[in-house]
Amino acid sequence: MTASSTPAPASPLTTELTLRLHDLMLRTRVLEERLITMYKQGDGYFWIGGPGEEAFNVSLGLLVDKGQGVDHDYLHLHYRSSGTLLAMGADPVDSLRQMKNTVTDPYSRGRNFAGHYSVRKWNVAPVSSPIEVQYSIAIGTARAQAKGTGAKGISIVQGGDAGTAEGDFATALVWSSRKGQELPLLMIVTNNRYGISTPFAGQHGYDQVAERGKAFGMPTAVIDGNDPAASYAAIKKAMDYVRTERKPYLLEAMVSRLHGHSSASGANFVKDESDCLALFEKKLEDKKLLTRAQMDEMRAKYTHVLLEASKKVREEPPPTPESIWDHVFADKNYVGGEK
Amino acid sequence: MATMVQAIRMALHVGESKLGVTDIFGEDVGPPLGGVFTATQGLRTTWNTPLDERGVIGMAIGLALAGRKPVAEIQFCDYAFNTIDLLKIAGNTCWSTAGDWNVPLVMMTPVGAGIRGSIYHSHSFDAQATRIPGWKIVMPSTPRDAYGLLLSAIRDPNPVMFLKPKALLRVKSRPGEEIPGEPADEKTLSKMIDAPLGDRSAWKPEWPTLEELFIPIGKARVARSGTQVTVLTYGRNVPMCVAAADELAADNIDAEIVDLRSLHPYDWDAIKESVRKTNRVLCVNEDTEITNFGEHLIRRITEELFYELHAPPKLLAGAHLPGIGLADALEMASVPQKDGIKRAIAELARHQP
Ligand SMILES: Cc1ncc(C[n+]2csc(CCOP(=O)(O)OP(=O)(O)O)c2C)c(N)n1
Repeated sequence: MTASSTPAPASPLTTELTLRLHDLMLRTRVLEERLITMYKQGDGYFWIGGPGEEAFNVSLGLLVDKGQGVDHDYLHLHYRSSGTLLAMGADPVDSLRQMKNTVTDPYSRGRNFAGHYSVRKWNVAPVSSPIEVQYSIAIGTARAQAKGTGAKGISIVQGGDAGTAEGDFATALVWSSRKGQELPLLMIVTNNRYGISTPFAGQHGYDQVAERGKAFGMPTAVIDGNDPAASYAAIKKAMDYVRTERKPYLLEAMVSRLHGHSSASGANFVKDESDCLALFEKKLEDKKLLTRAQMDEMRAKYTHVLLEASKKVREEPPPTPESIWDHVFADKNYVGGEK
Repeated sequence: MATMVQAIRMALHVGESKLGVTDIFGEDVGPPLGGVFTATQGLRTTWNTPLDERGVIGMAIGLALAGRKPVAEIQFCDYAFNTIDLLKIAGNTCWSTAGDWNVPLVMMTPVGAGIRGSIYHSHSFDAQATRIPGWKIVMPSTPRDAYGLLLSAIRDPNPVMFLKPKALLRVKSRPGEEIPGEPADEKTLSKMIDAPLGDRSAWKPEWPTLEELFIPIGKARVARSGTQVTVLTYGRNVPMCVAAADELAADNIDAEIVDLRSLHPYDWDAIKESVRKTNRVLCVNEDTEITNFGEHLIRRITEELFYELHAPPKLLAGAHLPGIGLADALEMASVPQKDGIKRAIAELARHQP
């Protein structure tokens, strides 16, 4: 891939991990395809998601220290993070529920778009639609985990390349790198070279977003996010640094956008982008870890399971009109531990 | 008798020593300054932020999500406008996650005119604030209410905006409005908790033993009781309206001044009770008059209490101007003043259906 200030060491994955990564990447792809189909069949109003980011996002999900509270990692994600959630153990059927906006949708009870996850028991902060705001919010959980607090977890924030033009990205750079007050913040940019229709060069004067980290004295890396081995190794290296040093790190992963920006641009498969899953499957075949037939069979099975699940989800109830008034205010301080 | 700014400082002290406040922060909030209005002097958990309001609000949300209890300051509400989408997130997080998360933070910010602050230190925020659902919004007009409302804001599991009427920050409480535990003598209190001018690196406050006082959010206070006209107001305009009403008493006009204290949720029962008694309503606030919070109150009063009214409800608010000019005459002509309030009350009192 392109220039990297601290090149990630090529760490060969164990066979077990290789197969696990593949399995989760495939499950994620099948989920996204099901969500797109649901959208196209009128079982949802909007689709946005992460086909093309599975290699990176699944690796991230496997490496997260999952749990609740400051001793575990906080995740401030955006709308392409299904791979991360599935790797953490989320049920793909819950994503179908959010697409269908049923009352059983555990992330928002029918209130929010697909891919807008929220899982407090795993420190997954709510994904919200405004671009880049998660970078301003992530500094807060990171401060609650800063050196001196004794907290073991770190905060991880992720967004696209175009969004880094927002002030919130600069906020995260500035606040996380103050000398003596550094924050344990892993800043991730998944760069698909587009913001909706505007190409990277139309938004930025530099070649890589990661360059900006250097002015703030933080280690940076640019990696091939289509390569699960490179992604896994680079995320691990960055996390280890943030976890032990309690300081920020900026990691830029070059990824693909395989179904365009969202359903607003048609959500059809884009042929001229690298497909991390196809590339990985080719490698697995070459290495004789899995045969094409085995992988086809897995795909057919996962596809069938989600097709059947989507039929069931269709029968699940929508939220009631009166429920609009629920949860405007919290009656207890749940995040403060009140039950 | 404490000033409002001392009351706020004492509430924050109680907050950080008894109510779990972990972080009090904002631009120049920590040492050495302790806030541009001295509201955060001598506190234990204060710290300075970069000059970045979006960062201040984002930080507060993040800290709250991580189980801390932050009190964030925006130095002047005039500089909170670039944070509005983050304020919306603070307000919608509990709702959009169907109760998965809550965001227990307090944002405090000085608001309003009255100090000749020119175009960018005179803004009001109540109209904006009340358009951000999911927040509770309070605005005191006395030091005691500032103390009690801030303690309630700190204890609340939701985001609460504490609007500080900057023209009242140095005004002392009146007898009967003491903060429980404050020393009777104001010089003693000042010696104990006001930082000395100049080098204060070795200075430490000596906090009085304060009692907790929770003024409930959502409860108004009758600042002056009367029978002929109801004036619904808050913040800086409360003492102004009371003074106007006191002067009108000589003309046999008896106005009731209701200090709302909470703009959301607001005390509809108290409003109803007063309007049913007087049958005439005036809303007074400093925000620009088009799409003004007082307009909302008038709309609801008109819809729900129409047949109780003996005169068309009236709004006295800031002129719909792009700014408040610096010169005396300009500021005075831009936001309600005592004489205008007197005229408006008198007109309502004399109006014959
Ligand atoms: C603050 C804000 N402005 C505009 C939008 C509309 N919008 C949604 S996604 C998007 C492009 C984001 O591009 P990028 O950050 O590169 O992420 P990507 O979608 O490519 O992963 C825009 C402009 C928005 N959601 N929020």
